Amino acid sequence: MTDAAVHAVNPDQQVRTRLSGRQICKSFGSAQVLFDVSIDLMAGEVHALLGENGAGKSTLVKILSGYHQPSSGELVLDGAPVAFHDSEAGENHGVILIHQELNLAEQLTVEENIFLGREIKRGWFLDKATMRQEAAKLLSQLQCDVDPKTRIRDLSVSDRQMVEIAKALSKKADILILDEPTAVLSGREVDILFDQIRRLRDQGVAILYISHKLDEIKAIADRVTVLRDGRHITTEPVAGLEKDDMARLMVGRDIKQMFPDRTPGHAGDIALSVRNLSVDGQVRDASFDLRRGEVLGFAGIVGAGRTALMEAIIGLRERSSGQIERNGNPVAINSLQDAKKCGIAYLTKDRKGSGLLLNMEMRPNLTLLALEKFGRVIIDRKAEEAALETAIEAFDIRAADRKSKVGDFSGGNQQKLLLAKVMETDPEIVIIDEPTRGIDIGTKSQIYHFIGDLTNRGKSVILLSSEMPEMLGLSDRIAVMAAGCITGILEGNDRNEHEIMRHATGISGKQGVSVHE
Amino acid sequence: MNSLERTERSASSGFTIDFKALGPFLALVGLFILGTAINEAFLSGGNLANIFTRAAFIGIIAVGATFVITAGGIDLSVGSMAAFISGAMIVVMNTLVATLGAGIETVLIGVVLSIVLGVGAGAINGLVSTKGKIEAFIVTLGTMGIYRSLVTYMADGGTLSLDFEVRGVYRPVYYGDVLGIPVPVLVFFAVAVAGYVLLNMTPFGRKCFAIGSNEQVARYSAIHVDRVKTMTYVIQGLCVSLATIIYVPRLGSASSSTGVLWELEAIAAVIIGGTMLKGGYGRIWGTVVGAIMLTTIGNILNLTDAISNYLNGAVQGLIIIVAVFLQRGDWRRKKSK
Repeated sequence: MTDAAVHAVNPDQQVRTRLSGRQICKSFGSAQVLFDVSIDLMAGEVHALLGENGAGKSTLVKILSGYHQPSSGELVLDGAPVAFHDSEAGENHGVILIHQELNLAEQLTVEENIFLGREIKRGWFLDKATMRQEAAKLLSQLQCDVDPKTRIRDLSVSDRQMVEIAKALSKKADILILDEPTAVLSGREVDILFDQIRRLRDQGVAILYISHKLDEIKAIADRVTVLRDGRHITTEPVAGLEKDDMARLMVGRDIKQMFPDRTPGHAGDIALSVRNLSVDGQVRDASFDLRRGEVLGFAGIVGAGRTALMEAIIGLRERSSGQIERNGNPVAINSLQDAKKCGIAYLTKDRKGSGLLLNMEMRPNLTLLALEKFGRVIIDRKAEEAALETAIEAFDIRAADRKSKVGDFSGGNQQKLLLAKVMETDPEIVIIDEPTRGIDIGTKSQIYHFIGDLTNRGKSVILLSSEMPEMLGLSDRIAVMAAGCITGILEGNDRNEHEIMRHATGISGKQGVSVHE
Repeated sequence: MNSLERTERSASSGFTIDFKALGPFLALVGLFILGTAINEAFLSGGNLANIFTRAAFIGIIAVGATFVITAGGIDLSVGSMAAFISGAMIVVMNTLVATLGAGIETVLIGVVLSIVLGVGAGAINGLVSTKGKIEAFIVTLGTMGIYRSLVTYMADGGTLSLDFEVRGVYRPVYYGDVLGIPVPVLVFFAVAVAGYVLLNMTPFGRKCFAIGSNEQVARYSAIHVDRVKTMTYVIQGLCVSLATIIYVPRLGSASSSTGVLWELEAIAAVIIGGTMLKGGYGRIWGTVVGAIMLTTIGNILNLTDAISNYLNGAVQGLIIIVAVFLQRGDWRRKKSK
C-alpha cells in the first residue's frame, strides 16, 4: 500500500478533477492577498500547497472550503460552477478543511466531538451506542487507540489531531484539505497519518495538503502548487522536483546558506552544569555541561522528557533532585525569576499559548520579560519605543503597523518578536524549544543565523528540536534523551541522524531506564 | 504616495480609537443633555454635587474592581465587605467613646480599622483564590455571604447606629467641602488619578494587563502571577475601605441591607467604561465615567415622572447591555466579511 511504486497516480483509476479554483482573487479591505490563483484537486491524488507564511495558502483553502468567499473567480465542482456560501455548504459537498488550530470542544468526549452537530438519534434521543461504535471504528481505522469516551482535554495534541481526522472521515469527506497537520505530531504519528492519507487517496479522495516541510511534501504528495505573495508560481509533479527546487520556488531566490557556519572547537569554559537532575515521572538523573559559545542540541522523540528537563532547570517545574551550577558556582533556581537573575532565558515552543500576548501590540510584548529595565516605578515609554525600534531592526520583524495586535502577525514574525523579547533580558544562556515550528524556510534561515550570532557573541544555546536538519545544522554537540534519561551526548562524527535515532530509541548508549508514573 | 497612504490610514484609525475611548464619555454627555431637557434643575450646582457625591462610593469601589477585572479576576464580595467594615467601624467607635471620648482620635482609629479590615479582606480573597487555586468567583461568592452575615450578626438583625457625638465630629468627611467641592468627590478624584497612574504607567499595571490577557504568558515572562493577582484584591479591599470611610458619616448607621448590590454596580461601572470582563484590558477613566453614568440615570429618573423610579434597575441594566454591544464594535462592520 505504501510502496513507492503505488505512489504515482494509479493509472487504472480514471484521473478526474473534483474541485477547481479558477482565477481566484481575494481582498481583505484594501489589501489583496490572492491574485488570479487557479488550482485543481483530482480524485485519488495528494496535492501539496507550498508557500511562505503570508503567501495566501490559508486564504486559498478557506475559499475552497467555503469559509471565505472569493472577491472574484469561481469554484468548479465536478465540472459545474459552484458557490459555497459557508463552510457547511462546502461540507455538504464533501469538502472538509481540517484547520491548523484544532477545533474540538475540550469538555466533550471523543465520540461527542466526532458527531457534534450531526448526532445520530433514535426518536428524540441520542443513540449513544451507535455513535460509540462508529467512533471506535473510525479511530481503529486510524490506528488510534483512544477510548471514544475520553474527554478531549485529557488527550495529547497528536491524539486530538487524529480525532479531527476521524471527524472529517465520518463526514464522508471526499475532498479533504489538511492545513499543516503535522505541526504538532511526532515522527511515528506522522507515519500513521501518512498511511491514512495514502489509504484515503487510494480510495479516490482528493487531498490538498499544506505544509512548510519539504521532506513531507516529497514523501506524501503527487503534485505541488507553489504560491508566493498571493500569486500562483507553478504546479508540477513532485517527482521531478528536488527539495532545493521547491525552496527556491517558494522563496523566490536562492537561500545561500541555510545554517550559520560552525567553527569547531570554539567553545569556551563551562557556563552551565547540570548534575543528576530528576523530575518525578519525567526525567531521571540527567547530567550535562554547556560551554560558552556552543549550541547543545537536545534530541529525542516526543515525550522523552526534554521540555520537562528544561523547565526543571529554569524553575518552572519542580525538581525531585539535582544540582545546577553557573560558571562553576552552585545556584538555587526555583522560579523563572531566579533563572533570569542567573542569566538563563527560555523560549517556549508554544508561542501563542505561553509566549506572546496575542491581543496586544508589540511594545508591551517585547518588554514584558525585562520590565524592570524600563523603570521600577513608572515605565519609560520612550525607552520602550527605542527598544522596539532596535528589536525590529535587529530581528527583521516585518509588521505593517506597529499598533496592530501580534496575534495578527505571521508565525515567523511572532517567533522573531518572541526571540527579541527573550533577548531583552540579555541572557548568557538561551534555551530554545522548537524555534521554527510552523515557520517558512526563509524565516527559518534567518532564525538560524540569529542563533549563530548569539554563539559568536559568546552566549550558549540549548536547542530542542524535532527537526533533524535543524538539529544537525546548528548543534555543536547533541544530547539525546529517551524515556527521561540522557542516553548519550554525541560529538564530532557521531553527530548524525543514525546515531541520534539509535540513542533516541534506546538501542545504544546508556540504558534508557523506563520511567514509572 | 506611500506617505500619503500612511497618513490617511493613521488618521482614520486614530478616529476609531478615539471613538471607542470617548464612547462612554459621549454617552454621559448625552445623559446630561437628556437630564437638562427633562428638568432644568438637573444642571443646578446642588443636583450635580449630589450626583458626583453619590457616584463617589460606587466609583471608588469600581476603580479597585478595574484592577481585579483587568487581571482576569472578579470580586463579588465588595458590597458585603463595605457593610461589614461599616458595622465594625461603628461598633469599635461606639465602644471607644467610653475611654477616648467622642473626639477626632476615635474617628481616626475607626478609619485605621477600616483600612486594616479592607486590606485584610482583600488579601484573604486574593490568597485563597491564588494559593488555594479556587476560582475567584467562588471565593468571593463565599466571602460575600460571610461578610453579609457577620454584619447581620453584629447588628443582631437590626441596625447599628453610630454614637451621636461621634457622628458630629465625623460628619464633615461626607458633608464637608473644599473650595465648594464635596470631600467624597475629591477623594474619588484622587483615587481615580492614583488608579490611572498605577494601571497605565507602572510595571504593576502592565503585569495586570498581561495576566488578564494570558496568565500562561505572564508566568513564562517571569511575573509573580499569584502575587500580582493578590495585590489587585488588596487594592480592591483598600478602595472598599476608603468608600466605607466616606459612607459611614452619611447615614451614621449600618445594617444587613447596607451595600446590597454594590458589587454589581461596581462591575457594571467597570464594564460600561470599556474594561473587558474577561481581562487583559482596563480603563480607569472609563470606569469613572461609568460610575457617574449609573448615578445619573437614577437621578434623572427621580426628576421625571415619565418612567417610574422603581424602574431604575431596568434602565441601568439596559444601558449596560447596550454599552457593551456598542463597544464590541463589530455592529459596524458586521456585513463586510
